[in-house]
Amino acid sequence: MKILVCISKTPDTTAKIAFTDNNTKFAEAGVQWILNPYDEWYALVRAIELKEKDASSVIHLVNVGGTDAEPIIRKALALGGDEAIRINVTPTDPFTVATQLAEVAKQGGYDLILTGKETIDYNNGSVGGMLAEMLDIPYVALATNLQIDGTTATVKREIEGGEETVEVSLPIVISAQKGMAEARIPNMRGIMAARSKPLKVVEPVQVEPLAKAVEFGLPPAKAGVKLVSPDNVEELVRLLHEEARII
Amino acid sequence: MQVLVFIDHVDGHIKKASLEAASYGAKIAEQTGGTAEAVVLGNPADIDSLGKQGIKKLYQLQHDNLQAIDSQVYTKILEQVVQKAGSQVIVFSNNSTGKAIAPRLAVRLQAGLVSGAVALPDTSNGFTVRKNVFSGKAFAQVSVTSDIKIIALNPNSFSITEGDGATEIVPFEATVDAPKIKVTGSTKTSGKVALTEADVVVSAGRGLKGPENWKMVEELADLLGAALACSRPVADANWRPHNEHVGQTGIAIAPNLYIAIGISGAIQHLAGVNRSKVIVVVNKDAEAPFFKAADYGIVGDAFEVVPKIIDAVKKIKGIS
Repeated sequence: MKILVCISKTPDTTAKIAFTDNNTKFAEAGVQWILNPYDEWYALVRAIELKEKDASSVIHLVNVGGTDAEPIIRKALALGGDEAIRINVTPTDPFTVATQLAEVAKQGGYDLILTGKETIDYNNGSVGGMLAEMLDIPYVALATNLQIDGTTATVKREIEGGEETVEVSLPIVISAQKGMAEARIPNMRGIMAARSKPLKVVEPVQVEPLAKAVEFGLPPAKAGVKLVSPDNVEELVRLLHEEARII
Repeated sequence: MQVLVFIDHVDGHIKKASLEAASYGAKIAEQTGGTAEAVVLGNPADIDSLGKQGIKKLYQLQHDNLQAIDSQVYTKILEQVVQKAGSQVIVFSNNSTGKAIAPRLAVRLQAGLVSGAVALPDTSNGFTVRKNVFSGKAFAQVSVTSDIKIIALNPNSFSITEGDGATEIVPFEATVDAPKIKVTGSTKTSGKVALTEADVVVSAGRGLKGPENWKMVEELADLLGAALACSRPVADANWRPHNEHVGQTGIAIAPNLYIAIGISGAIQHLAGVNRSKVIVVVNKDAEAPFFKAADYGIVGDAFEVVPKIIDAVKKIKGIS
């Protein structure tokens, strides 16, 4: 089986969120970058687990990004990707990213394409569905479990009001979330091996965004906490009832 | 502008998030001098009442092939509705159904997509929509430049309107492909209230010491008609199911009231809940970072405080 895992570079979950250039750009100074957790913990690790069951499988990684994305690509290779493709353009929006990924996906003839359910920076969760449409193949979003038997995938996915199990023939695109796999840490052998694994750089195709973030802002700060004594819990409920008018 | 709202439904009823989307779509139509229309695939019981949310016309399609939500099949149907209705703005709820379909439809219609919108579009200079980014720690104004625009509205971001309008139901015939996705089983979430749609969420963390101590949390949630949630360590330890995990890598929520019991409030947890309108924190550690993000707080032992809250709520609700 040929698997493609789409990976993104995102700020660390504890990164300070601020903006520069008149609030038009994320302030990158001092920010620690990581492999997007949904891509790493769920999409990539599940791909590795599938390969462990079927050694004939290959895992390709694809990233849309500049040279600054290479450390996270190497990390993904250290975890267990076989080779990586970097599409050499700074990502701006889901539509252009999906367009770039579709080029690589079409040429690779993949059976299974995995993405995280969203990136933790722009929270769009759109790339998987867009890519599936561009490839004209099924898309199963928000998957929490994935089994492959021959050319049939059995996927558990989040739906409104619960979860359901679906069967679908490969090739497919799947967006992965919690439940899909357990996070792993790359071992020394993986890290050493990653240095010599192929990382191919390809140039992007020309495409214009249809929607793009033009300005950013921070929500107003909270006024401060109103503390209530543990001996006077009725006061809290009264405040919620009369002041906040909730209960 | 001509607006089309996608109406999602479960167990024969329209989702609350879709009523929000309908109200939101009607407001866009009103602001821009157009008509608000909607589309439903299936036959939920309450479609007649969509007029209250300002929907003038509802396209309804019923077909055997719609049992599973197969985004390919749904997308092709919606494309036909959009062509017939001449829709310029398409509104989804950004729930699990919307997330599966909206991105595909955006590609098919070459439409710009704003997913996770939290406010009405600003049409004073182009067409920009505010959305949450960085898991609610910031927002972005997204400019949509395509002719057709698609907005996926975050649940609990827009109030449901209750007018007295009527909606005309128009049966719609379309080419419907055979689905490639086959449903073989399903499980309902344990909570009665869907987490992303809940007005009140009661959440607990490691401070409860073990899964056997959730009874009082469940009782409080029941009393408030609230959904249950938990922190990541609790889900990771399998004290509670993963679908209750709220936070940066779990579910992001925006209820009117979020009650956090025995949760310290790590930055990753706050990212998933900081859009809650009122936050109440109960924690025995006065230094817990969550107090900085809270509106109301009690520094105290959950095992003493929560039963007292339950009693006080019962009293105010007149239940003895």
